[in-house]
Amino acid sequence: MRRVAVIGTGHGRFGVRKDATVQELAFEAYREAVDEAAIDPAEIGATWVASVPEYQKQRSLAGVIQEYLGLNPRPVWLTEAACASGSAALHTAWTAVAAGLYDLVAVVGCQKMTELETAEILALMGRVGDVQWESVFGSTFPAYYALFARQHMARYGTTREQLAAVAVKNHYYGARNGKAMFQKEASLEKVLSSAPVADPLRVFDCCANADGAACLLLASAERAKSLGGEVVWLDGLGSASAPMSVLRREDLCSLPSAVEASRQAYAMAGAGPEAVKVAEVHDCFTIAEILALEDLGFCAPGEGGPFTLAGETRTGGRIPVNVDGGLKAKGHPIGTTGVSMAVEIVRQLRGACGERQVAGADLGLTHNVGGIGQYCFVNLFRRE
Amino acid sequence: MFDRFGMITLTRFSKVGGIVDELLAGRFVASRCTRCGARSFPPRADCSECRSGEFEFVEISRRARLLSYTTIHAAPTGFEDQVPYTLGVVELEAGGRAMACYGETLPVDSELGTPVSVVPCVRGKGDGLRAYYTLERREEEADG
Ligand SMILES: [Zn+2]
Repeated sequence: MRRVAVIGTGHGRFGVRKDATVQELAFEAYREAVDEAAIDPAEIGATWVASVPEYQKQRSLAGVIQEYLGLNPRPVWLTEAACASGSAALHTAWTAVAAGLYDLVAVVGCQKMTELETAEILALMGRVGDVQWESVFGSTFPAYYALFARQHMARYGTTREQLAAVAVKNHYYGARNGKAMFQKEASLEKVLSSAPVADPLRVFDCCANADGAACLLLASAERAKSLGGEVVWLDGLGSASAPMSVLRREDLCSLPSAVEASRQAYAMAGAGPEAVKVAEVHDCFTIAEILALEDLGFCAPGEGGPFTLAGETRTGGRIPVNVDGGLKAKGHPIGTTGVSMAVEIVRQLRGACGERQVAGADLGLTHNVGGIGQYCFVNLFRRE
Repeated sequence: MFDRFGMITLTRFSKVGGIVDELLAGRFVASRCTRCGARSFPPRADCSECRSGEFEFVEISRRARLLSYTTIHAAPTGFEDQVPYTLGVVELEAGGRAMACYGETLPVDSELGTPVSVVPCVRGKGDGLRAYYTLERREEEADG
């Protein structure tokens, strides 16, 4: 298979975007990626659109996006894996370039979540678990992560303060990211005293629904090298699934799909967690970032809380994590998130992140979870 | 028949819809594969071990231990009037796990590992009939 590079990145503003349709959001990110790569869009052989379709009124969204981007008659289709849709699209696009089917492709993550009425969103939220045996008892998305948090606290002594430290850190970096939904710091006190959602998780333990888009352009090694300069390669891919139902999971303190996906990605890239210089992990809830640190091998099981509180996940720490604000402060347009993570890592590897830049970043990781771990994708990007 | 299972209806039809009749009769049941004997809770029509599609319901012990729980303050559609309510996941002594709401006898601050019973419940009648189960403090005489 051919080596595949990321040659262009684009990222729109995340937040409540009352000013734009989903295709207009997609165009913001697409324009930035094409301009950055300085390629002729006629070179784009196919487009993968990542989005969770239930949130938009438009049916079969991929067709609308491709038309609005002006890329007809080249092929397009939608990739869906809940909150990991973006990484699913990236993974699939990679296989097409690696196999030699196309030399240059676009991956567009786009999501408009805030167009639905609150009641419609709540109804959708109630159906994220197994609807046959769980949702009928009133489970919610935060409730599942609350079940994980409760177990983690009981088994390892993880504290509310350690959970809150994740939110404080991510808001610190969100305040320094011009594309983030919440560009405002949050104090430990504010996080700890926010309203309860699903005990022990509170409002500031949860990421927010958002609108927004991000775009990646992938190219074959030959095309990437022809552009000159250093290249960022997508060298390690891991993907795995786990039971939809929390009732079929062996352990509530780990996402088995994340462990398996990271094992694959590390093996493929020939690098372990100690070599990773910067990471984007799926912090849909504060406990989720702590589970990710442990599942990815950045620290031992049970140590994610103290590791975070000690500042090891900030710039200058052992492994800077979510220094763009993460889902927590950047916002979580669910289909877009995986693409957004990859954009941040590629830009970190290029040294283009200003005051959020991680010094010496040459290997970066993304960890993108769908639902409560039904899907997980881990990718390793290398600058060389 | 499955549309009567749980607190609200999301799944109307299932091959294991007969669980509603079992709960109406006061029996807490798992599915059992009639070919290889594999049991499952939650019940499933198709055996995950031998792929047989033949199963029967068998009554199982209500004894369980609390694995984790959460008190929900932001409710999904259909549960707005019930907040805050507490939801638990329990490990069944008979194998498998169940998710259910706390019943009146189980304190919301019970520690993980606390012995509980999974108790069949019926509410309403006619079109309003619901069959489900709740988590209750384990009483010796309630052991299944
Ligand atoms: Zn069988």
